[in-house]
Amino acid sequence: MLHKGIKDTQNFMKCVLSQSSVTLLLYRHIWGREREVKTTMPVQELNPTHYSAQRAAAVAQHFLNTRHGSPYQWFHVEQVQSATMEEITGVGRKYHVVFSAKEGVSDQSVGLCTADVLFPQEGGDQTAPQVQCSCKGLPAVNTTAQEEALYQELQRSSTLVTGNNIPGIFGYIAPKMKPLWVLAAVASSFVMLKESNENTLYNMAQVANVTQLKSEDKQLKFQYHVLLHEMISQEIIHWQLLATWGPAEGVNVLHTEWQPKCDHCVLPPANTSKDPSHTD
Amino acid sequence: MLLSTGLLLLALFLQGSNEVPQTAAGSETLATTGDYNYTKYHPMHEITSWMEMVVKENPDVVSVEVYGKTYEKRNITALKIGLKSSGEKKVIWMDCGIHAREWIAPAFCQWFVKEILTNYKNDERLRTILSNVDFYVTPVLNVDGYMYSWINSSTRLWRKSRSVPPSGCDCYGTDLNRNFNANWGMIGVSRNCCEQIYCGSKALSESEASAVTSLVESLKARMLCFFTIHSHGQLILVPYGYPEIVAPNYGELMQVAQEASKAIKSVHGMEYTVGAPPAVLYPNSGSSRDWARLIGIPFSFTFELRDKGQFGFLLPEDQIQPTCEEVYAGVRSIIDYVYDRKSPAQGGSVAVATAAVWTTLLASCVSAAALL
Repeated sequence: MLHKGIKDTQNFMKCVLSQSSVTLLLYRHIWGREREVKTTMPVQELNPTHYSAQRAAAVAQHFLNTRHGSPYQWFHVEQVQSATMEEITGVGRKYHVVFSAKEGVSDQSVGLCTADVLFPQEGGDQTAPQVQCSCKGLPAVNTTAQEEALYQELQRSSTLVTGNNIPGIFGYIAPKMKPLWVLAAVASSFVMLKESNENTLYNMAQVANVTQLKSEDKQLKFQYHVLLHEMISQEIIHWQLLATWGPAEGVNVLHTEWQPKCDHCVLPPANTSKDPSHTD
Repeated sequence: MLLSTGLLLLALFLQGSNEVPQTAAGSETLATTGDYNYTKYHPMHEITSWMEMVVKENPDVVSVEVYGKTYEKRNITALKIGLKSSGEKKVIWMDCGIHAREWIAPAFCQWFVKEILTNYKNDERLRTILSNVDFYVTPVLNVDGYMYSWINSSTRLWRKSRSVPPSGCDCYGTDLNRNFNANWGMIGVSRNCCEQIYCGSKALSESEASAVTSLVESLKARMLCFFTIHSHGQLILVPYGYPEIVAPNYGELMQVAQEASKAIKSVHGMEYTVGAPPAVLYPNSGSSRDWARLIGIPFSFTFELRDKGQFGFLLPEDQIQPTCEEVYAGVRSIIDYVYDRKSPAQGGSVAVATAAVWTTLLASCVSAAALL
């Protein structure tokens, strides 16, 4: 009788166990699959010191300059704190970057910035990255007084300002030229933003020439010939920019034109930097 | 009292009149290296005069080593710096200005030489190192390119050598740092001679790269460390730039570079990022740093100096000193490490002496104990 009792218990246990295992297996299969569906588009954690995070942050920097830059304010990435990348099928790659930034004229921190940078997939009609970015410390230093002063000075002047090679070969910038150099960097940011992709890292190397033009409205108008440095190809790329500025309106870029290195050069396809070996 | 004041005034007057203004185009007569302005950029002829003066003033410590010719047939010159020694000397290599527009690099090499020569007499550690190590410092490797970049504003941003274009293409120059025999032509290069990263018609097509190769090959058995100085970016790059291989001592290279980065930061707070190029910059092949590691030199580093893009290659002269100070600290930390790690023969004499002292002490204790 006991024998039977034990055997029954054993059978009972076996049954319970097998039922549980099946249930567990089923559960894992279903639950696992659901999780699998969620992780088809994984968000990758990026090393903040590595190039992909750095390049995405640089794009956010260009964006900040187009939005908040002026002859007395421009922004630089100080340090990337964290970054993730997400592949969005059919759209492109989205980077989320957190970085500290500084304003370049006052050398003041603008705190932590958070940016979403979407590099569109190749082959589409979109080539420029899409950016959203905000910084805790923006708006930064109050530069209204300096901007007003510069604006008034240039408005009142009977001569139109011109300059060449800023900085000069020894890195020197005449104090009077400094705001126009900063303005050039801000205007260049419009181009650098548009031209950026995951394989570029842009900076303005030098202002070859700045020529103030007569303006029909309240905005001051400048024609710039700038030299951009692209780090991965190490190329110096020439651009002609037509920019306007006023303390109220801020910086606007009316026209940009890629300049060939040489006379017989062929115009490259849009978003030049995508193919560094463009025909010369 | 009056006499000493008078002499002092005379000395001050003479010192003042010795200060020769620097001009880009003008030729400067260098009376002594004490007059040399290390916080200004110098054209090639001034650097050459300076090198001659350095040797003249330190004949027992410095000699000139012309180890090749540029494309335009100019001398490629290193300063060999070390104290005379009976034993075999190890070697540490440093070259600057492989890329013409990176003017802060030659400025650093000159600063480095000045620091070594100014301090070794009072710095026992440095003196010890110099007794066991010869430094080969090339202030300007790409002489043709450097001179070209001094012509005017339109040439200032030149990067490559000045060799004639290959047939079928019509732009001058090869990127010397893509021309070395280290997975040459594989990645991070261009085959278009008009581009900045043109790797040449073949590995070591450039006489400058070939000169470095020959001399370093002849010294490699004794070479502790290979430094190549560039700008800009604020980076310390470890092998390899070529992404398919990993250096066997990658971990140690990273550690050493991290320590150097810390040393740099302690000077003026600047961050220099550490890593292999494919991680922190871009993959590339044919670099001198890769080649040095590949032929067995255990430590090989590329330093990318200030800044991070604001001024880029046009780094203002008022940043020369702080840049040189911080990079010197970084380089010194690496020199100290490789010297301690890899000189059992030389370090042995110190170790043996120390051991002897302890043995004696212990022996005396034992004997004292025995007596008691």
